[in-house]
Amino acid sequence: MSDLPAHVVANPRLGTWVTAAPDRLHVEVHVGKVELGQGIVTALAQIAADALGLPLSRIRMVPAHTTHGPDQGLTAGSLSVTQTGPALRHVGAVVRALADPSAEGYVERIAALDPDTDLRVAPTAGSVTSAAVGCSTPRLDLPDKVLGRPRYLADLRPEGLLHGRVLRPPSVGATLAELDPDWKAPGVELVRDGSFVGVVGEREVDVDRALEQLRRDCRWDEQDLLPDEDDLPAWLRTGPHEEIAVLDEGGPETVALTASYSKPFLVHASIAPSVGLARWGDGTLRAWSHSQGIHPLRAAIAQALALDPAAVEVEHVENAGCYGHNAADDAAFDAVLLARAVPGRPVLARWTRPDELAWAPLSSAMTVTVSAGLVDGRITGWCYDVWSQGHTSRPGFRGTPGLLAGASLATPVPLPPPSDPPLATGGGTTRNAVPIYDVGPRRIVGHRKAETPLRTSAMRALGSYLNVFAIESFVDELADAAGADPVEFRLAHLSDPRAAHVVATAAELAGWSDPLPEDVGRGLGFARYKDRGAYCAVVAEVAAASTVAVRRLTVVADLGLVVNPDGARNQLEGGATQATSWTTTERVRFDRRRITSDDWESYPILRFAQAPAVDVHLVESTAPSLGSGEAAQGPTAAAIANAVQRALGVRVRDLPLDADAVVRAIDQSA
Amino acid sequence: MNLTVNGSPVSLTSDGETPLLTALRDELGLVGTRFGCGQGLCGACHVNVDGAVLPSCQTPLWQVEGRSVTTVEGLGRDGAPHPVQQAIVDHQAAQCGFCISGIVVTAAALLEQEPDADADRVAEALDRNLCRCGAQRRIVGAVLAARRPT
Repeated sequence: MSDLPAHVVANPRLGTWVTAAPDRLHVEVHVGKVELGQGIVTALAQIAADALGLPLSRIRMVPAHTTHGPDQGLTAGSLSVTQTGPALRHVGAVVRALADPSAEGYVERIAALDPDTDLRVAPTAGSVTSAAVGCSTPRLDLPDKVLGRPRYLADLRPEGLLHGRVLRPPSVGATLAELDPDWKAPGVELVRDGSFVGVVGEREVDVDRALEQLRRDCRWDEQDLLPDEDDLPAWLRTGPHEEIAVLDEGGPETVALTASYSKPFLVHASIAPSVGLARWGDGTLRAWSHSQGIHPLRAAIAQALALDPAAVEVEHVENAGCYGHNAADDAAFDAVLLARAVPGRPVLARWTRPDELAWAPLSSAMTVTVSAGLVDGRITGWCYDVWSQGHTSRPGFRGTPGLLAGASLATPVPLPPPSDPPLATGGGTTRNAVPIYDVGPRRIVGHRKAETPLRTSAMRALGSYLNVFAIESFVDELADAAGADPVEFRLAHLSDPRAAHVVATAAELAGWSDPLPEDVGRGLGFARYKDRGAYCAVVAEVAAASTVAVRRLTVVADLGLVVNPDGARNQLEGGATQATSWTTTERVRFDRRRITSDDWESYPILRFAQAPAVDVHLVESTAPSLGSGEAAQGPTAAAIANAVQRALGVRVRDLPLDADAVVRAIDQSA
Repeated sequence: MNLTVNGSPVSLTSDGETPLLTALRDELGLVGTRFGCGQGLCGACHVNVDGAVLPSCQTPLWQVEGRSVTTVEGLGRDGAPHPVQQAIVDHQAAQCGFCISGIVVTAAALLEQEPDADADRVAEALDRNLCRCGAQRRIVGAVLAARRPT
């Protein structure tokens, strides 16, 4: 019993996981993990095929659903394979024990199984050899997307569909002061509840035009609530804070080196604006969402509107990649609120591009101060403080719904300051704040800002991005101080053989000691994500002069047993490329009242010609599988900064690492 | 409004100021052309109008009256994807895929005009197409593979 997978214990009913398709040829596999563009549904189909003893072509993956499928919480934290793989293997072993896969009529026998079979006590067959796992199976969802078939949530056209738009306030904390009670626009109906205003209509062109008219016709009371964008580290260090005590072993006896690092606010910047679809009727509220957690979303909607959760159903439908907690849940709630005004009619509420960049939860700005002792080339103690806003405002956080529109309702459902995931699941502010190196006594503390006007939440890697950037930049600074090569210095402080292997392999494959032209540098960054996830080292080759051009990234990862090698490579390539964009280009802009970076010109992201070549090498392993989607971000940032240092001899400690930052660093070092 | 979409004449009831993207998705049900920004800055809604690649979100219907519009659905037909589409699948050159429709349209137009385009030229042609997942290098590789064998 004790070795039962946790997600089987939480979802012990056989029919929650596996059903026979009506054609009696295919087996339907229900998972609570959702496709975000990371290829997880394909990887889980591979695992399910092997577990059930069927070819992949006989598996049908069913989108996550709060009523019909398992509750697996969030699709987040690079945990989907880690959590779902063992569950599917157990479910498959039960099915094979009860339905004999070796004889004809297997699917018919699966259809005849009691869906209420208790997976915790049912007999299990022995394990099977892998057939699908380990293969680079092409993504099941890609053909539809590449051929332009309806696949995304905004493509759904249910009977009686109405389009909806919500007018967001112009700034944080703004309240609606004035709107003509007889306001009208062609082809639409106004929906208002307090400062929440929106329109619904039959035709998309009408709701788009009505939204612009509404924007002109609403008067708002606004306040200057935002901090000074140019002084974020000082603002982050100003209390009150919630203290997060990670480790207190005393720290170094004598400090040899101290440095501070920072990152600005970033935003997920999904290519698709968020969208939600909802319909009230027959005593049930139905919503379709690209949320990362349809069960928490259902609970949040029910809590916000004082509904019985059993009367709310949420089904997952894909949208563009979200890279964390973007506005998916908020858009679903917008659709719910708009649809409440038109019972029986489905309402598709789509956000605008400016709202997606300015109103989706942000990734928090952060700052770090780290100091260390250094004696005879060895690190002899480590003291680390990190200041940040919280890294989760997901539905259900701090016991609240956490849905944006709630704060605007006549009876508000407030949005408290962001929190962090528990340390046991990796934390947020302090994720990867503990160095993997042997550094002597450590004192590591997180300081989470307790009051803030800016809503922040999980973006890929959470606090790990800045913590790894800071630690890995600082390790290079310590190596310089010790007169040591950065790779040799790391290897001398690494006692985990898997870590050392990844670092050494990355250096070797990147030609670490090969000569480079002037103004070109090579730098390395390394981490084990969340201290127990994937090992990943990145070597960046950067040309730094009037611009910072990341030319090549060599990525080496130990992911344990890899379910789909090409899928894992794609995730690492994408993670490293996106992190190159964060590191060299991105910064949320604002004045004291409004977020001003609300289009692709004011919030630029990496373009095709700027994307580095990425070479990925996966370490062969049969260790338990580890997720790949968040492994490369922190190491990439540090590798780029370390490469710039080696190219130009200047250290950039404040992101983004763009041409301006290089100029500032040169000025400071002069 | 009369125009040709994917080779077939269509007559639209939407007014002339309606963005082509909205008419394609809402009136014709051609949802393969994606809404990404509505500002002509991301490329997700690119379509081909008489050989020129345009952001359909910024193209009012009056501007395409009497002209021939090709969307992503018109490039690949049942069982016969466009070489760029086939290459993107072959190379698994996408993650979420939301940007891909516009990229397919842009790249197909490039290869039509410059069948020997090299990697730098492909990246340059895709400069107005944003990809957030970080699949840029895979996509460039796929487009190069879609060139006619020489």
